[in-house]
Amino acid sequence: MIAETQTAQFDSLTLDNGVTLRDITVAYETYGALNAARSNVILIEHAFTGDAHAAGIDHEGKPGWWANMIGPGKAFDTDHYFVLCANVLGGCRGTTGPSSVNPATGRPYGLTFPGITISDMVRLQKLLIDHLGIPKLLAVAGGSMGGMQVLEWAVAFPDSVEACLPIATTARHSAQQIAFNETGRQAIMGDPDFQSGDYYGGALPARGLSVARMVGHITYMSDESMREKFGRRLRDRQDFSYGMDVDFEVESYLRYRGNQFVGRFDANSYLYITKAMDYFDLASGFPSLAAALERARSRFLVISFTSDWLYPSYQSQEIVNALRSRNHDVTYCELSSNYGHDAFLVDVGEQTEIVRGFLARCVREFRSLEAVR
Amino acid sequence: MNVSEVLGRRDYAIISQLIPEGARVLDLGCGDGALLAWLKVNKRVEARGVELSRDLVQVAIARGVTVYQGDLEASLADYPDQAFDFVILSQTVQETRHPLVVLKEMLRIGRHAIVAFPNFGHWRVGLNHLLSGRAPKTGLFPFEWYDSPNIHFLTVIDFEELVAKQGWQVDRRLFLSGPSVVTALPNWRAEIAIYLFHGPA
Repeated sequence: MIAETQTAQFDSLTLDNGVTLRDITVAYETYGALNAARSNVILIEHAFTGDAHAAGIDHEGKPGWWANMIGPGKAFDTDHYFVLCANVLGGCRGTTGPSSVNPATGRPYGLTFPGITISDMVRLQKLLIDHLGIPKLLAVAGGSMGGMQVLEWAVAFPDSVEACLPIATTARHSAQQIAFNETGRQAIMGDPDFQSGDYYGGALPARGLSVARMVGHITYMSDESMREKFGRRLRDRQDFSYGMDVDFEVESYLRYRGNQFVGRFDANSYLYITKAMDYFDLASGFPSLAAALERARSRFLVISFTSDWLYPSYQSQEIVNALRSRNHDVTYCELSSNYGHDAFLVDVGEQTEIVRGFLARCVREFRSLEAVR
Repeated sequence: MNVSEVLGRRDYAIISQLIPEGARVLDLGCGDGALLAWLKVNKRVEARGVELSRDLVQVAIARGVTVYQGDLEASLADYPDQAFDFVILSQTVQETRHPLVVLKEMLRIGRHAIVAFPNFGHWRVGLNHLLSGRAPKTGLFPFEWYDSPNIHFLTVIDFEELVAKQGWQVDRRLFLSGPSVVTALPNWRAEIAIYLFHGPA
């Protein structure tokens, strides 16, 4: 099954910072079939550097980033559910972002692109859902930054979501998380080819972007998974180089992942999206996280992973405890995995079982929008 | 369909009789969620569970039960007052670190508490101890002293005294010996005691 990326156009969106962004394109993919009642829609939220291609294979034969979770017989079973995934606002994979052409100038936005938030991303998705004529989502699911969008959905559009699945995520970025993002941003902005973000048509800030990605990759793995995957193994050599060439397997891997990233991701998108994550605090404007979540009307399945040190389990537990304090229907499990933050993408056996059971219940107990009102 | 035929536990059958249609139920130490799943289907209750074991939690979620993976004693404080009609503690009160705190919390977050516990006063336990000179080891308490999860031993009389001291009101008390209900001499004859009670008015 070849997954086709589609697009939808929207006239404007007023952002949290007050700026109105015009002529917005949203890239999205769908899998499975919409049922007659339009009650089987699952919106998948991608993580930081993901895109709309979540499942199936594209024209180049590349599988979607969550193809192990979405498809016939998978956790998000496309024989039963109509699954939708859209590239986020500020992205570089079809949805309007800093690399898009500013209609006012005819040139790419670069750093003139307005600052965005997770809430802006979600409001744009709501426009897409309305445009597609979907009255209520069966579920919104996603890991990492995807999970932040899930939480934002629960609070911003409580009646539009039957079930929320925030995975390996947080209700607010911690100092450590902001620090890692800032390190990546400084690597990019310190690259001489960055040119204040106006590098389109010239040399890309490839060094900076690849270093940013290397730091990111370290945070996605765990000490244990890195020991297992690389150990201290040397790369194609018997002895140290005693120079600055690649000695270790792990160096080679990080360089490879860094270089590969430059080809598929825009440096300005990196800056804007990491800022959106850093700004994210679900409780902002409320006396507490529990008060923010009080408005939610969804059932929740919260999942964290034992070895995830980037989004540690305590952050998921904060969400869960806030939900419990308001007597919400919340299910929580900390799954055992050695894969660190990447676990939600790669270690999906147990995740599949609990997501499947949870969704089946949400189908049985689905409350239509009419019933809610 | 009888719950004990399905779940194989007589205390579950009794507990299910105590819970009316559509009640809000929290099961502390809910295991694989079997009781809650049964109550959801047969009594249409709003079911929630707390369970520490990751493996059991996964089974419970897969069968569609709302369950929180965590320590039951640490979890209680987060629930709001009177959030549930019934809070169940089925055969785990003797495993809790602070049983009185747990019981009081149950009555804070629930209108009623249901507690089932193995009765340490049962004659076989006493006899076993008397004859062997060792910490009792019976079908009901099958563990060696050094690997037993039971850290507080209580009898029917002990529990009755606590209930009276706290001013709790017992709505129902049921005593089981194997499959049979015991009426006379429960402290001596009951293997499992089940109490439905609520706080002072």
